[in-house]
Amino acid sequence: MRVGRKGLMHRRRRWGAIALIVAAGLLAWPATVGAEANPMFDPQSGRARAVVDLTWVVLFFVALVFIIAEGLLIFALVRYRHRGEAGEPRQTFGNRRLEITWTAIPIVILIFVFILTVRAMRVIAAPPAGGDALNVTLIGHQWWWEYRYPDLGIVTANELHIPAGKTVHLQLESADVIHDFWVPQLGRKMDVVPGKINSIYVQSDNPGVFDGACAEYCGTQHAWMRIKVIADSPADFDQWVQAQKATGAQPASPDALAGRGIFLSSAGNCASCHTINGTANLANVGPDLTHVGSRTTIGAGVLTNTSDNMARWLTNPQQVKPGNLMPDLRLTPDEVRALTAYLESLK
Amino acid sequence: MTVELTGQEGLRPRARTPGDVLLLRWLATVDHKQIGIMYLMGAVFFFLIGGVEALLIRIQLAQPNATVLSPEVYNQIFTMHGTTMIFLAVMPLLAGFVNYFVPLMIGANDMAFPRLNAFSLWLFIFGGLLLNFSFLTGHAPDIGWFAYAPLTEQPYALSNGVNYWILGPLVASVGTILTALNVIVTILTMRAPGMTLTKVPLFVWMSLGQAILIIYAFPPLTASQAMLLLDRELGAHFFDPAAGGSPVLWQHLFWFFGHPEVYIMILPAWGMISELIPVFSRKPIFGYPFVAASTVAIVFLSMTVWAHHMFAVGMGDLADGFFAAASFSIAVPTGVKVWNWIFTMIGGRLRFTTSMLFAIGFIAMFVMGGLTGVMVAVVPFDQQVTDTYFLVAHFHYVLFGGSLLAILAGAYYWFPKMTGRLLDERLGKWHFWTTLIGFNMTFFPMHILGIIGMPRRVYTYPNLPGWGEINLFETLGTFLLTISVLIFLWNLWHSLRNGEVAGDDPWDAWTLEWATTSPPPPHNFDHVPPVRSRRPLWDLKHPEDPDWRHGE
Repeated sequence: MRVGRKGLMHRRRRWGAIALIVAAGLLAWPATVGAEANPMFDPQSGRARAVVDLTWVVLFFVALVFIIAEGLLIFALVRYRHRGEAGEPRQTFGNRRLEITWTAIPIVILIFVFILTVRAMRVIAAPPAGGDALNVTLIGHQWWWEYRYPDLGIVTANELHIPAGKTVHLQLESADVIHDFWVPQLGRKMDVVPGKINSIYVQSDNPGVFDGACAEYCGTQHAWMRIKVIADSPADFDQWVQAQKATGAQPASPDALAGRGIFLSSAGNCASCHTINGTANLANVGPDLTHVGSRTTIGAGVLTNTSDNMARWLTNPQQVKPGNLMPDLRLTPDEVRALTAYLESLK
Repeated sequence: MTVELTGQEGLRPRARTPGDVLLLRWLATVDHKQIGIMYLMGAVFFFLIGGVEALLIRIQLAQPNATVLSPEVYNQIFTMHGTTMIFLAVMPLLAGFVNYFVPLMIGANDMAFPRLNAFSLWLFIFGGLLLNFSFLTGHAPDIGWFAYAPLTEQPYALSNGVNYWILGPLVASVGTILTALNVIVTILTMRAPGMTLTKVPLFVWMSLGQAILIIYAFPPLTASQAMLLLDRELGAHFFDPAAGGSPVLWQHLFWFFGHPEVYIMILPAWGMISELIPVFSRKPIFGYPFVAASTVAIVFLSMTVWAHHMFAVGMGDLADGFFAAASFSIAVPTGVKVWNWIFTMIGGRLRFTTSMLFAIGFIAMFVMGGLTGVMVAVVPFDQQVTDTYFLVAHFHYVLFGGSLLAILAGAYYWFPKMTGRLLDERLGKWHFWTTLIGFNMTFFPMHILGIIGMPRRVYTYPNLPGWGEINLFETLGTFLLTISVLIFLWNLWHSLRNGEVAGDDPWDAWTLEWATTSPPPPHNFDHVPPVRSRRPLWDLKHPEDPDWRHGE
């Protein structure tokens, strides 16, 4: 089939337009998906907001340069495509003045962005006015988080409770390899490095629950080292503190009582790794379970904390979270039922 | 091509068959062209392995909570994908072109040290095989390509996987260092009469920059790998915090190599683009001195930016600020090149060959990778997105959208010189469009994924809003990329046998490699044309308007 030159051009242009629309759609679609739930752009404190404000400025310049560069490129492709002219185009070798200009302009922009960068860094690192902060020590383990509140005498795991509106001075330590504490809505991430003590200020102005994750690859179960930060209203936080300070609840049901027996027995072997305050042991290999029943997840986020899921976990933790450091204890179904009842009673 | 073995006949008891001779001719060669082709073939082999690994990664991540791969296997696969693509695919692909074309472009008959050159090649091949042998031991390395201590130390990595990760790349690196020395000496001492250093083609210029960076950056890698091996096998404690060693020291040493490495993987690619864009625009490069000088600036600045990979380590605001400033500075000479390439096209008469399409695709994608590179130099932004899929998107736009697209442009450009036949243009256009679309489908959404909170290097992820859909979409893009690779392989195979005969100079180009036959004879040139400017063949073809008359 022969098509006239004009028809060919026309068809080319239509195809080009369709391709452009499809491409724009492909690029825009993930952005709209992302906009529905975008924690980084939903900052919960002044420190996190400083990052977002800076990001918008940077995005503006990046978009500007992107549009100019890609626009010029497309202009060159359309305007200077070979259309059958004979001979070579005029040979030009450069333009010193133009080149100095396009070197100088980015330098000015980058100096400006650098100044804003340093200002944001200072906001993020600044201690709270009056120095009033709640101290929490985070200890990263393969593959869970330990939180210690030295001033309150609380030890818990995987879910960090903080009082809304108050700055938390989070000290980060590692028990083994490098991990990274990252909760996008609360601001910057910080590595958790063995042999090095890092700290950041974390705050949420309002109550809420914020998701995060370990962001530094730390071995087999890096994927299931999720973080949950629960910002309570000051009253709720005080209530939580009181509950956590209490020793573990006494088992009320026969099942739970049997469960405690298994927990402490050498057959169960639980107590050689886990602590439950109010019992005799103080092992610190796995998460403190004194109030495990009050937590919302199991295994650093791999399961929600329900009786069924707890039973699933106890039956074979290696099947739920392969490679994690809790061995399959080969508990019988009766033992699992009793232990589940006991652990779920530890509110 | 007629290559004759000499002096070996007496060693062979039986009559030679043509197959014997052909194989020996390749295995025993010290010819830079055959070595270059073997680098390319080895790199394609490892690229296919790395590509299958990428496909496995994407299949696993297509759905939340997937169980296609176990976490142990997934972690091995992503480690091997990164290590393979960097050390065994992109670098040797570039080394192949550097080996083949640097001597030709400067009018030399070989590299300065041909036997050393062959030695480097075989170190690369065997280093690559050694690394991949770890799969057969049942436990490939699972530590990520930058292998952060102490995850690599004995209590956390008991299998031999880490040792293979140390020794395989270490062997290949020795070859890389030797090649760099070879390239430097070749370029400095073997240029054709008249070709001063200000007249060498930009591909040669950038290859020189790359070689200098290799000499600077690879020994620290080799040393730190040796230190890690001492830690693991002989009880040293360089990176073991329990005994007073420092995991952060490993990061400094590694990135001291690792950031120059990024430029090592892109400099010759820029060189290719700086050769092809002018030829297919029918104009000389716009601002040769700026492009060359900015390369020198990049070589030096890239030595000062390594710790921008470590903004989450807790180095403090002063160090973070310094490395942010250094990283901003390197954006300037990098950006300059993009304008030079675009202004080379402006005022030209563009020929949209497949090679040119890949070069244009390179510019369009590299702009994106460069700009996100500036973004991650902004410390607070980086402290949000580092170690997330945003970073994965960024460096794939640089390494795939940048280096690999440029390498493919170079492949379509130089295949006729290496084989005597042109690659098929119709297949080439299918190859280009499937690559470009598949690449953007796979990697563009990763920017969004990172910003909405997905960390990198996770074998699976919870079903959070949008995560599953975006990941599935990326996996579909990977299938399209798989098709594009198959089209390319078919094109190579088909064109090698049936491709249109190219002739000496199919693109009407201007550098010396086009002044000899395709493929060139073993000694490269019967006669090297006089070099009086940066485009000696233009001067020959246009005696009425030679470049040297313009003082160029």
